[in-house]
Amino acid sequence: MSRHKASPSRKLFLVVNFLVLLLVSLLCVLPFVNLLAVSFSNKTAVAANQVTFWPIGVTTAAYEFILDNDQFLRALWITVQRTVIGVAINILLIIFTAYPLSKTPQEFPLRTAFSWFFVVTILFSGGLIPTYMVVKYTGIMNTIWALVLPGAVQVFNMLVVMNFMRSLPKELEEAAYIDGASHLQTLWRVILPVSTPTLATVTLFAFVGHWNSWYDGMIYMNTVDRYPLQTYLQTIVINPEAFFRNATNVSQELGRFMNLVSARTTNAAQLFLATIPILMVYPFLQKYFTTGLVMGSVKG
Amino acid sequence: MQRKAGRPHRGRNQLPLVLMLMPATILVLIYSYGSMVGVVIAFQKFNPTKGFFGSPFVGLDNFRNLFTMPTIGSVIYNTVFISLGKMIGGILVPVIFALLLNEISRVRLKRTFQTLVYLPHFLSWVILAGIFKDILSRTGIVNLGLARLGMGPVGFLSDQKLFPVTMIITDIWKGFGFGSVIYLAALTGIDQNLYEAAEIDGAGRIQQTIHITLPGIVSTVVLMTVLSLANILNGGFDQIYNLYTPAVYKTGDILDTFVFRLGINNAQFALSTAAGLFKSVVSLVFIIASYWLARKVANYRVF
Repeated sequence: MSRHKASPSRKLFLVVNFLVLLLVSLLCVLPFVNLLAVSFSNKTAVAANQVTFWPIGVTTAAYEFILDNDQFLRALWITVQRTVIGVAINILLIIFTAYPLSKTPQEFPLRTAFSWFFVVTILFSGGLIPTYMVVKYTGIMNTIWALVLPGAVQVFNMLVVMNFMRSLPKELEEAAYIDGASHLQTLWRVILPVSTPTLATVTLFAFVGHWNSWYDGMIYMNTVDRYPLQTYLQTIVINPEAFFRNATNVSQELGRFMNLVSARTTNAAQLFLATIPILMVYPFLQKYFTTGLVMGSVKG
Repeated sequence: MQRKAGRPHRGRNQLPLVLMLMPATILVLIYSYGSMVGVVIAFQKFNPTKGFFGSPFVGLDNFRNLFTMPTIGSVIYNTVFISLGKMIGGILVPVIFALLLNEISRVRLKRTFQTLVYLPHFLSWVILAGIFKDILSRTGIVNLGLARLGMGPVGFLSDQKLFPVTMIITDIWKGFGFGSVIYLAALTGIDQNLYEAAEIDGAGRIQQTIHITLPGIVSTVVLMTVLSLANILNGGFDQIYNLYTPAVYKTGDILDTFVFRLGINNAQFALSTAAGLFKSVVSLVFIIASYWLARKVANYRVF
């Protein structure tokens, strides 16, 4: 937009607008800054509510305390497993459903029937107990598969990828057909290479989904030592003293930290550590989701 | 092209396409359709050891029991109140934020604001509940700030009247940044020549906003409003389950948390499924209505 001379009222608006946006943006991150500050402060300063956005009595004791204790690391390992296996399965299934369903009904007459078969699951679900019972009857309760298989087919993400594949020029495929390529070869050599931005988007979303999910761990895992990270964190959020109390029982060597750490500082440290992977993929998320998501969701 | 468009590829086998679909089809059949079949337990005196069809059917007894429970009325009211609040705020705040952000002409600055406000969307309610329980407690940082301004401690999470409002506000806080993405996309889609033409015609900033910017995004706003109707009975389980306490059940308990406590904590499988089925059926009506409306008003198709 070309603007020659900004009027005084326009200038005032721009300043106020900037301040409002600054305030709103800060409101979104200050809670995390507070969390970080608490995690690096010593327990007396935290207990006296002195810590706001900068650590007081800087110490890494809370982090050492956590990493000395196997509860957090065990839960982290389970989350890493479920995320790697889960995302791989999610993406494979998305690719192998989006491609056939991106065909026109003329090319693939069963397309409409299969599409409805998947879309119905968005419209209606059995709900908590029936799903729980199916997981129980299929014998995967208390295993990593209970965290992976029930949500393995991500219909929304599949629709995003399918819509993208449908928007590709038909000539791409035609050329491959003429060269005698099979469906699998066409998918692998022609369609997938040009679909990377959309696939990157849904991969990131699948990653965030697995990393953040806690509910399935809570209902499908029988013991706390099988909990994925977020489910484990949920137990300390509901009962803030839990980790701290259990930890003191486990190891006496940790005793040397007792004058520096408290439930509040160790919980802050654990919550922050669980956030790091999201912060790491965050730049990529931002790069891709605008293009991928908008394209998939508002297709006329 | 020689071949007439629209004719089947006779030479090409469709079997590979069906085979590709099989793994996903089987998984959906077991875990999604299997659980849909499982709603029959809402009509049974359910015994988990006997499978979905081994228990005696009792007709609508579970529903009768459900709707005579003294708390069910307030649970439904809470659900609708909280979800309506989130729906309205979840449209207005992102739209206003997008409009304000659109006025920033420096790209770097705009990006920085976006980076900051999108963040909460990507974190789980477990993490956020851990943070909010700390900062919104009576001795938390928010109340310390209020105390400095001479205001008494506010029980954001413990006061029955305030709890639903806290849920609505913290949910908007989490989602408005990400929610604004779609409106920003609509705003960048507006033809810039319109603004230049308006400027030549002597239209002021406010007139440009009213006559060009708002009409440019109104279809997106309508679409998002219509689609959000589908969430009328979604109060937000993850958020409320991690933030509520028995002290605020009266105003904070929603259908999903109610179903959860009934089913998992009290092992009232049939009653819990009946409540869940009630929610699913009402939601289905709203989802279909919203998709139908979205198609009518915005020519939007889901697939």
